[in-house]
Formats: sequence, structure tokens, C-alpha cells
Amino acid sequence: MEKKLLLGNEAVAAGLYEAGVRVISSYPGTPSTEITEAASKYDEIYSEWAPNEKVAFEVAVGASFGGARSFCAMKHVGLNVAADPLYTASYIGVNGGMVCAVADDPGMHSSQNEQDSRHHAIAAKVPMLEPSDSADALFFTKYAYELSERFDTPVLLRLSTRISHSRSLVTLTGREEKELREYKRDVMKNVMMPAMARKAHAKVEARNKAITEWADGEAFELGINREELFSDEIGVIAAGSTYAYAREALGEKASYLKLGIVNPLPEKAIIEFSKKVKRLYVIEELDDIIETHCIKLGVSVIGREVFPPLGEYNQSLIAKAILGEAKETLSFDGEIPARPPVLCAGCPHRGLYYALKDMNLYVSGDIGCYTLGAQAPLSMMDTCVCMGASVSALHGFNTARGPESAKKSIAVIGDSTFMHSGITGLVDIVYNKGISTVIVLDNSITGMTGHQNNPLNGKTIKGDPTTAVNLEALAKAIGINRVRVVDPFDIKGTKQAVAEELQANEPSLVISRRPCALLKSVKHPAPLTVDFDKCVGCKACLKVGCPAISQKKQENGKTKAFIDPNQCLGCGVCVETCRLGAIKEI
Amino acid sequence: MNSMNILIVGVGGQGTLLASKLMGKIFIDSGFDVKVSEVHGMSQRGGSVVTYVRAGEKVFSPVIDLGEADMIISFEALESARWLPYLKKGGTIISNTAQIDPMPVIMGNAQYPENVLGRIQDLGVKVVSADALSLAEQAGSAKAVNIVLLAIAAKELGISKEECLEAIRATVPQKTIEVNEKAFELGYNI
Repeated sequence: MEKKLLLGNEAVAAGLYEAGVRVISSYPGTPSTEITEAASKYDEIYSEWAPNEKVAFEVAVGASFGGARSFCAMKHVGLNVAADPLYTASYIGVNGGMVCAVADDPGMHSSQNEQDSRHHAIAAKVPMLEPSDSADALFFTKYAYELSERFDTPVLLRLSTRISHSRSLVTLTGREEKELREYKRDVMKNVMMPAMARKAHAKVEARNKAITEWADGEAFELGINREELFSDEIGVIAAGSTYAYAREALGEKASYLKLGIVNPLPEKAIIEFSKKVKRLYVIEELDDIIETHCIKLGVSVIGREVFPPLGEYNQSLIAKAILGEAKETLSFDGEIPARPPVLCAGCPHRGLYYALKDMNLYVSGDIGCYTLGAQAPLSMMDTCVCMGASVSALHGFNTARGPESAKKSIAVIGDSTFMHSGITGLVDIVYNKGISTVIVLDNSITGMTGHQNNPLNGKTIKGDPTTAVNLEALAKAIGINRVRVVDPFDIKGTKQAVAEELQANEPSLVISRRPCALLKSVKHPAPLTVDFDKCVGCKACLKVGCPAISQKKQENGKTKAFIDPNQCLGCGVCVETCRLGAIKEI
Repeated sequence: MNSMNILIVGVGGQGTLLASKLMGKIFIDSGFDVKVSEVHGMSQRGGSVVTYVRAGEKVFSPVIDLGEADMIISFEALESARWLPYLKKGGTIISNTAQIDPMPVIMGNAQYPENVLGRIQDLGVKVVSADALSLAEQAGSAKAVNIVLLAIAAKELGISKEECLEAIRATVPQKTIEVNEKAFELGYNI
């Protein structure tokens, strides 16, 4: 037994190890990524990055068919991609236990929407567990496999940013190896055609009832659900992070019904708890799912009328709503400029965007580091919806507006995002005689989520060499004749190549290829510096939006450009902006 | 000490995560329950970042709320001002004197406020500041800013040098131990 301070995500990985899980397939997505990264360190578990969440989920389903305990992880929007297999895997059930972790992002630290993944659990009729800290995360992950195998169902494990990315103490035990279960062909169970699915649906409804009974009974014996009685005045029903906030904010001024299973929700236990307190609050971030359930049970609760449907909660929000306590705080007397995230110094995306900046293009954007190019001063994005949408939505835009539009518009999509779901959009363009120009920003890594290998960079999750998808050959095979590779630090060459492809009366794929500046394997030239004799302080170099370049007052009172040698990676994009040649090597 | 809430703030990429990890380890080794909340993903890229370190007999919430921090360790002067509302009355700010212009300032759309740390001090807040970058460079690596600041904070909190060095040795990569030990000494002795 070993005590360790683990991230919620690392605790899930430890739970997978201890539960004897054999196969893991995931697609990275903040805040879920570290689960699979941590799990890939265990030699007893096969781990992989899949091209997208649907593939990852299906690999886990297949491994379960094959008798192994299996797992996949994704962020909330990733579960939308994997929703198709989820809903039918629910009907089929499992052979080896199967768990899917889904990490929500209330407050949108790193996401494009704030959806509540509990809706998927309800709609797919599968159980969902939700831990409140790393110790819960470890225990719930392990127990999810018992549930999965006992009730013949995939299980969802719901996390949120604060649980995934907070460290707390866990006690580690050892791994319990699970033998592969026997595989036997069972068409009635595993092949979902209408005749089988009708029977399966009935089975699912019965299962949901049985798990509700479990949530009312055994879940309390196991401590997955828990009553903590301190007060008969105020009662709180909460799960996950909101239990932690409430417990801290209200201490022993309230009694708690802490729910570890959030679908299906217990019934009797909620009714019983409601009788023990005078005022009952439901505290849940995002949607009012527990509250609606209480209303259905005829239990009167206070929820949405005092708690917002937006963003993350915290102690003071809860203390204010329930106890009416507000805190006095210190504050700085003056304007504090915002500090939005920016493309890193030396980022290849900056070169590409700067090259195309004056071309007055409609830019159909996508999800990744390069989405940061939407902000000033680069301001190089018109739209961004979801993974892969840059390509298909560009086709829609140009179809609506005609061939001239295609000559003034591009899609930008990263290498990993292109493999995730950009390929199908490109097929659509070719198949339907579109002439759009798509640019793949190939930086040899999945960047935004913190450097994961992907099918285009020739390395597995463990960094071992593997076959890399040949992007040029792939494009040709789809039927694209015009495939160009450019270096985004070659500003003139990039601009010219894109201008030519825009004029072509057929679809083009431009590959803007240069590895991420933060990769350890990338060697950088010496940092650049400003020749103050030549610099006139015109600010042209500031237009590249590089965090290494700022303005500094000289001793003579004149303001000139300054390059921070600790940040500059010598990429040279700013050199192109200076007509006086004032930026040079140190 | 019954409980301790420390906010570690800075600019994405400055090494705040290592500082919070080390703080967490030091408190655990002293027998406390600990929670550390980190920021990953989008905010890594030059944005304002915060991590929370909480220690006590039993810690429930991973986040520190407004007016709850005993200490703010700030890797950049402006970030001290941004996160000031989280400081408890009577709390301490440990701040790097470094000024890193955010993009709106670089673009000339906003002003970096003058004399940030002095103005915070004028509010009656105890501010311990140092040019952590110079000290880190003196130790042998600009990346050791986090260790310099950690050292100043440790001294302020009355945590022993040996305890910290032990945590550092157990956490940082083998080849950086020497530089980090040196950076710690420089910070501890300002």
C-alpha cells in the first residue's frame, strides 16, 4: 500500500491498472488526456491513441467482445463523436467489463462548449459514476468494472476539469489480473438487427430499474453514495466537484447526500433524505438533472432558482446562495490588462497566418492551437465549430456562394484534427466537384492537448516507431490532383503557393509542414535582436503577435521594438515585417 | 499551522506547475491532507495561469476562493494584481519583479500599469519581491525561476531548507538537481 498525491486523471489510470484492464484506446482532449498518458506507462496494459473518439470507443467495445476489461477516454465533445457506438453498445452490453471516461469542462477552460455529458448517460441508458476527488476516482474506476460485468453494460465515468486536474491523496494497492473471458459467438446478444435490438431494448429498461435499486441500496453500503448528517435545517444533494465546494463552504452547517452514481439516480434514498432536513438544495453545475429528477419524485428542492446554469461553482457562490454570506476582498486600484493565451514564440502557425494575412480570405477554422490565430493581431479565422468542420463547412460556404467564393477562401486544420475527422470532409469536396482549398497545418504532433503522437507522425503512444500515414498519397488517393507542401517560415513561398491553389478550378490540398516549436527534437537558430540604430519604432513587427516582441522605451525617450532573448526561438517571421532590416541575429 | 492556502500564478510556460507540485509534496511530507488544482491545455500558451495548493487536516475543495489565500506566489508582477482579490487580509505576496507584456499591451491597446507591486504594498499588503530571473540565470538556468520563488516562499512560511531540498531532489530531473539546488539557495538567502 502506497500513498500518493495524484491528479484525478492519474488516479483513474491507477484504477484501470488495479482493475486488471488490458486494452485502452482514447483520443486526447482536455481535460481527459492524462488518463491515457498515465495508463500508457503500465506495461501490463495495451494503450493507444486512436484517430478519433468513435474509433477509440469501438476498439474498447471490440476488446470487451474479446473478453478483456477495456477502456476509452475522451472529453465531453468527444463523446458526441462516439455517441453512435455508445447508444448501441448499451443494448449489447459487455463480455469483459467496459468503461468510458468522459471529462466535462464547466467554465470552458479549454473547450468550445459547456455541454453536460450526463445527458448522454440518460439517453443511452447506461450507468454513470462521478468522483469528487482522486481517491473516489481510483475507487469508482475499479468498481465500474464490477458494475459493468454484473449488470452487462458499458459504464460511463464522468469527470470534470477540477476533478481531472486536481491532485489529492490516494492509496494504491496492486493489480489484480483478470483472465480473458471466453469468447462465444452469440448473435442474439452481439448483432444488433431489429429483431435482436427489440429484445435488447427491453433488457436495457429492466437493467436500468435494477441499477436504480443498486443506487438506492448497495451503492450506500459501498460508500459510492453517502449520507452525511450534521444539520436538520439545511440539506444538500451534490455530486462530483460541487460536493467538494459545498462541503468546504457549508461545513457542518448542512447535511449532505453525496451521490457517486449520477445515472440512474437513486429514488428512495432521495425521498428519505428530504425528510431529514427543512430546506433541501440541489447543487449541480451545468444542467438541472438531479433537480428535475427530484421534482419527478415529488421532492421539493431549491436549485436553479439560486444556482446559475453557467460556468464553474466555488465555495463563495454556494455560501452566498445558501447562507447569505459575502466576503470582502482586496482589489488593485487600476485597470489590469487581459492576458489571453497566444501562439507561442517560434510557432509555425504564425508564419502561415502572417503569409496569408493580407490576402483578405475567408478562413474556415478548426480545433487546435491554431484556433488562437482568430485573435488580434493575426485575426485569421472566420468560423470554428468542432473537430473537422473547417473542411466540410468550407465546402458548404463555397457551395452557397459559388465558385468565386472558393477563390477567396481556405480551410485551416491541424494534422491530428485532419486525421480525426477532416478526411471525410475532403472526400465530400472531391466527390461533389468542389474546388475549395484546404490547408493542413502539419506540425507533427497533437499540440493543444500537450503533445500526443498521432497517425501522421510515425510514433505510437509510447514513442515507438510505426507506419506514418502519407498525407500526400492519401490526398491523391482521394482524388486531389493538386497537393503542395510549403514551409510556413518561407513567407513568400507560402503566399505564392496558396495564391496559385486558390486560382485553380479544382480542389487543392496545401500542407504547411514544420514541427511544433516546443518539440524537444526541434533545434532552433539563435534568438534575434533589434538593431536600435535602424529601428524607428514603426510597430510593424508587432503585427505577427509574437509574445517575444514588445516595445521598450529607450534612454533617449524613444520607443523601439524589443525582442526578449529568453523567449525568441529565432524563427525569423518578424524579419519579414521589417522593411528597414532592423531585426538581425545576435 | 492548521491550514494553508497558496495561489501560484503566472504566465503559461513559466513553470508554475512544478512549483505547485513541489509545494504539495512538501505539505504532504509534513503530514497534511493536500489538494492541488492545476490548469492544463489552452491556458498553457502565454495566458494568465493559476494553480491552487491547499493543505490542512482535511481539505475538501480543490480551489481557493476569493479572500482565502494565505499567500500568492506570483511569477510576474501584473499577475499579482490580477489575483489580488484571492488574498486573505493579512496575507503575503511573493512576487517576481519581471514584467511580461500581455498581447493587448504589446499591441498598444492597453497599458501595463506603473509600479504594480508598490501599489499593492500601499494597500497594506506584505509584498516580498525579487528579480527571480536574474537569480535563476545566476544559478545556471533561466528556467529555475520557479525554484527561486519557491525558496522565497518557503522561507516566508518557515519551512526548513532541508525539507524543500529533499522534495526538489525527489521531483526534478536528475541532471537539473545541481542548478535547482543553487537556485534554491539564492532564493532562500535574498
